[in-house]
Amino acid sequence: MKEICEMTAHEIRDMYEKKEITVPEVVKAYIEKIESEDENIKAYITVCKEEAMEKAEKMQARYESNEKLPPLAGVPIAIKDNLCTKGLKTTCASKMLENFIAPYDATVIKKIEEAGAIIIGKTNMDEFAMGGSTENSAFFKTHNPVNLERVPGGSSGGSAAAVAGNMAPIALGSDTGGSIREPASFCGIVGLKPTYGLVSRYGLVAFASSLDQVGPMTRDVRDTAELLNVIAGHDELDSTSANISKKDYTASLVNDVKGIRIGVPKEYFGEGISASVKVAINRAIEKYKDLGAIVEECSLPTTKYALPTYYIIACAEASSNLGRFDGIRYGYRSKNYDTLQDIYKNSRSEGFGEEVKRRIILGTYVLSSGYYDAYYKKAQKVRTVVKQGFDEAFEKYDIILTPTVPTVAFKLGERVNDPLEMYMTDLLTVSINIAGVPAISIPCGKDEEGMPIGMQLIGKHFDEETILRAAHTYEQNKEV
Amino acid sequence: MEYEVVIGLEVHAELSTKTKIYCGCSTEFGGDPNTHCCPVCTGMPGALPVLNEKVVEYAVRAGLATNCEIARESKQDRKNYYYPDTPRAYQISQYDLPLCAHGHVEIAVGNTEKEVGITRIHIEDDAGKLVHDGYTGGTLVDFNRAGVPLIEIVSEPDMRSAEEAVAYVEKLKGILEYIGVSDCKMQEGSLRADVNLSLRPVGSEKFGTRTETKNLNSFRAIARAIEFEIARQKEILDAGGIVYQETRRWDDETGEGYATRNKEEAHDYRYFPEPDLMPIRLSEEYIQDIKNSLPELPESRKNRYVNEIGLPEYDADIITSSKYLSDFFEAATDICKNAKAVSNWIMTDIIRIAKEKGIEYNELPFSAENLSRLIMLIDKGIISSAIAKKVFNEMAESGENPEIIVKEKGLIQISDEGAIKEVVDKIIAANPQSVADYKAGKDRALGFLVGQCMKEMKGKGNPQILNKLILEYLNN
Repeated sequence: MKEICEMTAHEIRDMYEKKEITVPEVVKAYIEKIESEDENIKAYITVCKEEAMEKAEKMQARYESNEKLPPLAGVPIAIKDNLCTKGLKTTCASKMLENFIAPYDATVIKKIEEAGAIIIGKTNMDEFAMGGSTENSAFFKTHNPVNLERVPGGSSGGSAAAVAGNMAPIALGSDTGGSIREPASFCGIVGLKPTYGLVSRYGLVAFASSLDQVGPMTRDVRDTAELLNVIAGHDELDSTSANISKKDYTASLVNDVKGIRIGVPKEYFGEGISASVKVAINRAIEKYKDLGAIVEECSLPTTKYALPTYYIIACAEASSNLGRFDGIRYGYRSKNYDTLQDIYKNSRSEGFGEEVKRRIILGTYVLSSGYYDAYYKKAQKVRTVVKQGFDEAFEKYDIILTPTVPTVAFKLGERVNDPLEMYMTDLLTVSINIAGVPAISIPCGKDEEGMPIGMQLIGKHFDEETILRAAHTYEQNKEV
Repeated sequence: MEYEVVIGLEVHAELSTKTKIYCGCSTEFGGDPNTHCCPVCTGMPGALPVLNEKVVEYAVRAGLATNCEIARESKQDRKNYYYPDTPRAYQISQYDLPLCAHGHVEIAVGNTEKEVGITRIHIEDDAGKLVHDGYTGGTLVDFNRAGVPLIEIVSEPDMRSAEEAVAYVEKLKGILEYIGVSDCKMQEGSLRADVNLSLRPVGSEKFGTRTETKNLNSFRAIARAIEFEIARQKEILDAGGIVYQETRRWDDETGEGYATRNKEEAHDYRYFPEPDLMPIRLSEEYIQDIKNSLPELPESRKNRYVNEIGLPEYDADIITSSKYLSDFFEAATDICKNAKAVSNWIMTDIIRIAKEKGIEYNELPFSAENLSRLIMLIDKGIISSAIAKKVFNEMAESGENPEIIVKEKGLIQISDEGAIKEVVDKIIAANPQSVADYKAGKDRALGFLVGQCMKEMKGKGNPQILNKLILEYLNN
């Protein structure tokens, strides 16, 4: 039998139902695992041992009373530290919010708690979700559980490392340009960036409002579907959340891709894609063909514009979203001030890290008068073009298949001094956020050093079902 | 040199919705600091705005009532700047696609009427309030007002004097009150104006450099700030100097304006479309429904008063400038059926009382019903108009029913000829000199005799009868 900490959420849930295991046993196992492993991996910023144990006891009582329990009853979950949790610190891995306790719960937090999940901790990330390695955390760097010398990816690196390092069965991350999929790929787990508008952003500390989405990070596709069932849905508190009818995503988990049309855009296999990644993806493509899918090479020529467009839009929105961290009402305030201007300048200079400041400056620049048209406005136009590119491709295909990241996880410190190279990590993921479509990253093999490789399946707007189905089918049929 | 004054106004009006523009907090004025706020209106991390649909409805009402075109599609934008009363470090406003545009209102100054163009009306959220803390010497922020919905009404530079500017704001105030979208309480800051003003040589086509005096919250302050700024710019130009484009404040206590920010320090607000909110799309049907629900506007009421009731144009204009006053006029007239009398009371005593007490008309302590009772007391000859003035003043203090005042104070007019004759006889007997003077052609002596009689009767004598009896005596 698997160790408790290696089980998926749905396996844990089944064992609760069969009374083969208790909620406190599971929560305790995870807490102990964190206590023994996390000093090396450093996935968590906050661990809520007492609260989690208390909730576990209560949930166990409910299991014993044989009442019908919600889908995640008693399942431990790790939460990225940019989702507001009432009464629990929400730091965004920033000195700015080091001691910030949100006065309210994010909508997704309410939903997972109503679904019975037990929060065991808040996970490390790149500060304000800006980065692709979790090295931009103001507190400490997270290590990849597969190889501690490597980064876990980012910005949801703590959530990915918690799941991959058996310190949580499932986790929530957020994805603005690849921040769920890239760490999922680097750590060898499943990560889904839902369609923009499918999951409420209320209570997600905003990085780039028009790109951010909260999504599941799990060990298998079923858990992703289960968790998506819980978090998806219209929220009156988020005007950008779509008012569409509720779906059961687990219904898509059929082991069959016959007749599904998969497009493989040649632009995603160009310069910078490592040989081992190409090999793994090509093997996955062969597998899909064997399983009866129709796989063809296609073209997404607008992809090359996605990265600069992304950095303009994301930084512009971030520069405005992060204005509220001004040292006035909450968060870090410099001790060094005489005037109001000093409070702003010094609190922000001292409270934000380098990467955050870099992006605020970039974003401020592209929005300033005289530059707005050349940068922000143009980027919005290109955004429309990128969307159209996807729309056209989706007239022919049900799914677009690409690598998630050009390479496997790199070593800690390897790219920190080269922001441009770091931004290239996002090359294959950002266009998905630009277009607003859903994409899932699933493990599809390892390189010769044993580092995980991820495959990205991109779907049509609000068609999570098809990519979940294809991901599930691959997962069921891949060679172990 | 002779200059032409060019004035354009930006008027901010708080909308009287029950809840704030982007959250469910109360918009009620007052309340302990920071009791009407939540994560959204205090700019907590992760909190998101949701547009209050009533705000759109109210703004569209204002647009339709000022002859604007209503945008079928508009959007909201972020205006980024740092200030402690602005919790998100951006205001959500509308930049290039406002809800309403290209409107106009008619104003009248003296006997001249003119049209003032309205460039646009857009929706936005108000900021919090900074409070000086006398105890620590620091500054505190109260977010109760943060997120209260505002409309900003931007005029064309069509006004040429302080009188016109005041007439324009009065007109807007009247319209907004009529359509019920703002209570326009200037002393509470729910209606405030920014004045853009420049001078140019008479006959010149080109505008001069303008300054913007911000946040004027009374008609008096608007007028005085304009006069001050005209004089200041004139003096600079006459001396061959240059007027700088700048933002100014007006200190109503010292009666002086001063610059707060020059053009070099001007903010770059980095406007961009608010990504947290969807575009506002309005259907023809929605706009038509609002159009149909608009009440009678001051312009049309005024015409009715002039053409159907026969009020002088000036009086009709004053009365309809305030919805409260106009409603008051209609309610009182309905009861006493004497529109002219109601209008006279309003034009003289009611306006005087409001001025003396420094109150808005809706704070008058007496009802339209009581004014009509007073008028009926006169019309029925129960009290004289001299007594009525006393009763009015009494009523203006206590709000009491005039019938009760008259009864309690024993002010009922004496119209009994026998009783009046007794007094006349007595006064005439006591003042032979005056009688002789009158007969010698000194008409003033009549007034004296009437006055003495009235005094004797404590003002309660029916003046017509009294006059008649004295004249009868003197002319015999």
